[in-house]
Amino acid sequence: MSQLDESDRSVAEDAGWAEPPARKGFFTDTSVCIGCKACEVACKEWNGVPDDGFNLLGTSYDNTGELGASTWRHVAFIEQPATGVPPQGETAGDLPAAGPTQLGMPTVGAPPARPDFRWLMSSDVCKHCTEAACLDVCPTGSLFRTEFGTVVVQDDICNGCGYCVPACPFGVIDRRVGDAGVKNVGIAQKCTLCYDRLRADQMPACAQTCPTESIQFGDVEQLRERAANRLAQLQAQGVEGARLYGHDPDDGIGGAGAMFLLLDQPEVYGLPPAPVVTTRDLPDMWKKAGWAALTLAAAAIASFAGRS
Amino acid sequence: MSPSRGAGRALMGPSRGAGRALMGPSRGAGRALMGPSRGAGRAPTSQPRGRRRRGSGDGAPVVPDVTFSSYYGRPVVKASPWEADIPAYLLLGGVAAGSSLLAAGADLSDRPTLRRTARLSAFAAIALSFAALVHDLGRPSRFVNMLRVAKPTSPMSMGTWLLSAYGPLVGLAAAGELRPWLPRWAGRLLGPSARPAGLAASAIAPGVAAYTAVLLADTATPAWHESYRELPFVFVGSAAASAGGLAMISTPVAEAGPARRLALIGACLELAAEQRMSESAGLAAEAFETGPAGRLVTAGKALTAAGALTAVVAGRRRWSAAVAGLALFAGSACTRFGVFEAGQASARDPKYTVVPQRERADSANAQRVVASGNELADHRRAGDLAGDQ
Repeated sequence: MSQLDESDRSVAEDAGWAEPPARKGFFTDTSVCIGCKACEVACKEWNGVPDDGFNLLGTSYDNTGELGASTWRHVAFIEQPATGVPPQGETAGDLPAAGPTQLGMPTVGAPPARPDFRWLMSSDVCKHCTEAACLDVCPTGSLFRTEFGTVVVQDDICNGCGYCVPACPFGVIDRRVGDAGVKNVGIAQKCTLCYDRLRADQMPACAQTCPTESIQFGDVEQLRERAANRLAQLQAQGVEGARLYGHDPDDGIGGAGAMFLLLDQPEVYGLPPAPVVTTRDLPDMWKKAGWAALTLAAAAIASFAGRS
Repeated sequence: MSPSRGAGRALMGPSRGAGRALMGPSRGAGRALMGPSRGAGRAPTSQPRGRRRRGSGDGAPVVPDVTFSSYYGRPVVKASPWEADIPAYLLLGGVAAGSSLLAAGADLSDRPTLRRTARLSAFAAIALSFAALVHDLGRPSRFVNMLRVAKPTSPMSMGTWLLSAYGPLVGLAAAGELRPWLPRWAGRLLGPSARPAGLAASAIAPGVAAYTAVLLADTATPAWHESYRELPFVFVGSAAASAGGLAMISTPVAEAGPARRLALIGACLELAAEQRMSESAGLAAEAFETGPAGRLVTAGKALTAAGALTAVVAGRRRWSAAVAGLALFAGSACTRFGVFEAGQASARDPKYTVVPQRERADSANAQRVVASGNELADHRRAGDLAGDQ
C-alpha cells in the first residue's frame, strides 16, 4: 500500500531503502517471442531451480504448464486461426511473428485447404508488483522489497505458511513440493529478478539469454517508454490485437515491474484481465471483522442477561 | 514440428483430468498433425454449462452461458496449499473463542459446571488449533519465525499475535479447573490466576473468532475475497453456534441456559449472514452452491437450522439438548469446511477470476475512450496480427 504517484524510485524508498538505484524490471515483447524456452532453461540453470516434472501436457508446445515454485519463467503457446489477410512487404520483415506460418507438416494427397494460423507465444514471469499482495500478507517478513524495487523471498526465513500463494493475483508464487532432500522444499518460491545478478550489475539470466530480445531488462521507467513506442509501432503497422499489460501505474496493482506487450486479451495467455491487489480492501475487511467481533461479544452478554 | 510430437499428444489425450476436458485445444489428437481444427478454434475458450439462476424456486430459468477465454482452462490464481488443517482450525478457533466467552460469563454468574466445561473446551480447542496450524506449515520447525514481525497488512501475522496472547490465558484458566489433579504447589501458583486469565481471554476471544474471516478474505481467491463483507459475521455466528452446541452436550441443562441462547443467536446470525453473502458475492456465490463445497454449505445450513429448532423446542431435556448441540456443532463444522472448499474451488476454476475482471476491464476501457492505444484490442476476435492490410 505504497504511494504510487511518485517516481518508481519511491517503491524501494517506501520500503525503507535510502537512495536506492532505479527500479528494475522486465518488458516482455511477446510479438517477437519465438517460443524457444531458452529463458526457462537459463532461469533454472542460474537459480538452481529443481525440475518441475517431465510431462506432456497436450497444450501445444507448452509442457511446462504454469508458473510455480519450480517454474519462474513459463512460455505459453496459443494456437489460433488467423482471420485477417497476411501483411505484405516490409511489415512481414519487421514482424517475425506476424506472417502466416507454413507448418510444413507431412500430408498425404493434396494439401488440405487450411485457414491461416498464428501462434501466440509469451514468456510469463513474476510481475514484481508495486503493490505486492504476497509481500503484504507474508507473516514472517520473508518476502521483502529489494533496493531495485523487486519482490524476493528469503529462503532462510520463510516457514512455508503458504499465505502468499492464494494472495497473488497472478498465481505466480507457490510452495515447493517434493522429497525432503529437494532444495527449499516446503517454502514459497518465485522469480527473484535474479537479485544476485542485479547486485553484480548483471542482467537477469532470462533476459541475457533471450535470442530475440523479447525479454528486455532495464529501468522500469525506460521500459514503459520503450513499451509505448513498440505498441505505437505495431499499431501503425495495423496489428490489431496489440496492447500493453502491467505498464499502467494506476492499475489495480499500482503497475507491474514486469510488463508485457500482448497480441490478444490477457486471459488468453492465462493472465488476469484486471487484477486488483487484495490488500486494497484490507482496511474495510478489518472494519467488518471488528463489527463482527463486537456482535459476538454482545451476543455473549445477551446470553447471560436473563437467568433461566 | 515433428509428427512424433503429435503422437505424443494423442497418447496423452485420454489420460488428462476432467478439469481440462472442458476446453477445446486439448481435444483432438488429429489436430496435432493437421493444424488447428475448427473446434479448437481460437485457442482456449472455456464454455461452462449454463448456470441456474439463484433463488428461483421453480428451477427452470437459465442464465445465459458464461463465455470467457482462458489458457487451456488453467486456473489464473493459485488455490491455497492448505489442507484440512486450516478449516479444522477455523472451526476449533471459533469453538475456543465462543467457549471462552461462555466460561467468563459462567464464572461471573456463578455457574461452576458450565465454567468448567467451557474452560476445558476452550483449552482443548485452542491446543488442537495450534497443532493444526503448525502442522500445516511447509517448515513446521520454523514456526517461531511468525514472531519476527508484527504486520497489520498480514492477517496471519495479526492472528499469530492474537493467539499468542489468547492461548496462554486460556491455558491458565483451564489450569484452574484442573487444580485437583495438579501438584499442590502448581495449584497454589495457578489457582488464583484462573479468573483474571479467563476474563482476559474472553476479551480477546471475539477477535480470535472474527479475524479468521479476514485471513481468508485477504487473498485473490474469488469466493473468499468477494464475500469479505459478510464472512466475519458468518464466522462469529458459527463460533457462537459451535461453542454453544458443545456446551449443550457437555453441560447439564440446569446451567446450560446461556449456552443454549448463545447457540441460538449464533445460528441465526450464521444463517442470515450466509443468506446475505449469497446475494452480494456475485458470480462467486456460485462457488458456495455447487460441487462438494455446495453440499457442505447446504448441509451446514440444514444442520444449524435443525439444531437451533431442536434447542428451542426441547433444549431443556438433557438428551435432546445434547442432540441439538451436536447438530449445531456439526452444522458449524460443515459451514467452515464448505467455505474453505468453496474458496479452493473458485481458485481452481478460471471462470471466477476472469469473468468479473473482464467485465471490469471492459467497462474501464469503455470509459477511457480513445485515450489509450489498447482500445483496438478489445474486440474478441482472432487473427489480429494478420491485420486488415
